[in-house]
Amino acid sequence: MTAAATTHPLRDSTTMVRRNLKRMVRYPSMTVQLIAMPILLLLLFVYVFGGTLGAGLGGPSGGRAEYINYMVPAILLITIATTVQGTAVSVAMDMTDGIIARFRTMNIARVSVLTGHVIGSLIQAFLSMAVVIGVALLIGFEPSASLGGWLALVGVLAAVAFALVWLTVAIGQTSQSVEAASSLPMPLMFLPFLGSGFVPTDSIPGGLRWFAEYQPFTPIMESIRALLMDNPVGDDLWIALTWCAGIALLGYVWAKRLYNRKA
Amino acid sequence: MKNAAQPAISVSGLRKSFGDKTVLDGIDLNVPQGTIFSLLGANGAGKTTTVKILSTLIVASGGRAEVVGHDVASDPDSVRAAIGVTGQFSAVDNLLTGEENLRMMADLNHLSKKDRQRRTADLLERFDLTEAARKPASTYSGGMRRRLDLAMTLVGNPRVIFLDEPTTGLDPRSRRGMWQTVRELVAEGVTIFLTTQYLEEADELADRIAVLEDGRLVAEGTAEQLKRRIPGGHVLLQFSEPSGFQTAQRVLGQDAHSDGDALALRVPNDGSLHSLKALLDRLDHESVDVDTLSVHTPDLDDVFLALTGDSDNEKVINR
Repeated sequence: MTAAATTHPLRDSTTMVRRNLKRMVRYPSMTVQLIAMPILLLLLFVYVFGGTLGAGLGGPSGGRAEYINYMVPAILLITIATTVQGTAVSVAMDMTDGIIARFRTMNIARVSVLTGHVIGSLIQAFLSMAVVIGVALLIGFEPSASLGGWLALVGVLAAVAFALVWLTVAIGQTSQSVEAASSLPMPLMFLPFLGSGFVPTDSIPGGLRWFAEYQPFTPIMESIRALLMDNPVGDDLWIALTWCAGIALLGYVWAKRLYNRKA
Repeated sequence: MKNAAQPAISVSGLRKSFGDKTVLDGIDLNVPQGTIFSLLGANGAGKTTTVKILSTLIVASGGRAEVVGHDVASDPDSVRAAIGVTGQFSAVDNLLTGEENLRMMADLNHLSKKDRQRRTADLLERFDLTEAARKPASTYSGGMRRRLDLAMTLVGNPRVIFLDEPTTGLDPRSRRGMWQTVRELVAEGVTIFLTTQYLEEADELADRIAVLEDGRLVAEGTAEQLKRRIPGGHVLLQFSEPSGFQTAQRVLGQDAHSDGDALALRVPNDGSLHSLKALLDRLDHESVDVDTLSVHTPDLDDVFLALTGDSDNEKVINR
């Protein structure tokens, strides 16, 4: 009976990831909704606002073509933000469903319930971003990244998604209801707007501009933009990765603490 | 079995408070292996809190609790490896099918692929879920969901199973099915810790019953022992011939009351062996011909109301 108390974190996590992926397939309306949002914003900004906003960028070509290259990083972050909104919802669903109580009374690696959500959501985020980039390419997005740039880009996006997923795994656990869980991560959706996502920060006035320049999403979007367009990333990359590490650590510690909390 | 005499559950002085609200106020329990123990109490008496502590979901504020010899606070993983829990709120994944739920449990219990296949098929069959195996659990009826829930608990072959109000909200048929399953499990050597607010259920299943009220155990014993503590029991004597009836009436005198029915007598009796023997001796001495004799103890409803009632009834409880 000595073997009974040993844990299998890898095996248990795999089981939990499989569970979460199955749940996404079984509950497609949410998955579709989460991916439709960034695509609609992409189309809206390119076709409705793109002409005017692009002209304001003052680039060599100007207009719509210039603007889509500028705003794809923001759309990618919004894609991650909507995905993690789904994470918060499914974590909250678990918490209200009673199945978590079952997992807690079983001799399984405790962290596997959470890693199942995290890895499941990361897979979903990358699938969604692939679809969004596909749509962007169809409507005129022209990235000039090298192979190394693409690899670095995947790394940065993974770091961002990883950090935000852990944060929302915690948020999902604090929510008293599924409805609350779906609205609590909303601010993440708006952060790209209050940064360099859709317009350069120097066009924003006063205190808002100060916020826009120093909030975490701005260096992240600047890094993604630089990598996509094969420009030098400068300090932005390290600032971005530091933010991601900080948010990930905070989210992880918070989420784990909530999960292990004993009343 | 390294030690058959070791109790499956042993609890002493268990306390739990949330803030300044005391939910459990010093509980002592001992549940032998392979028996059914029922914790009876109204809503809010502390039944679920007890189960949560014993199943390692929450930690106690004081006292000691051991399950199959492992301390729930210091060695929760060993406890978890030995127990299964089925609560009143179903713990199934609604988006997965019945089969997928069971397979997931097999994976979490680290069964081999072959064992997983066999165990899943066996449990689906046993709980009459084979037909619905490939439908999502969200489409199941209340009874099916509870069966799936229990099946998931059984995947890991637990030695101790906690059933927290397992039949609350079930129709009578499903309830009987659940009872049957519980009896089968105990026959296999599993220990069952059952909480319920249905007296009938405790009466039907439990080897021992403890009555919980406001965080304290107000009584503990077999159903019969509990019933005997309440006055109001009697013996009903039935006679086939008027002559026997008349003799008995003469012998027992004022002790006997006719039961409305022409040839039956109701004799107050606490139902204990001693007082029954005394009654039979009296009848035998006069060669009274009794057709049938039945002992009527108060049912558990009487017991429950007397034990958990208002202060008037407390005189009865406080021996």
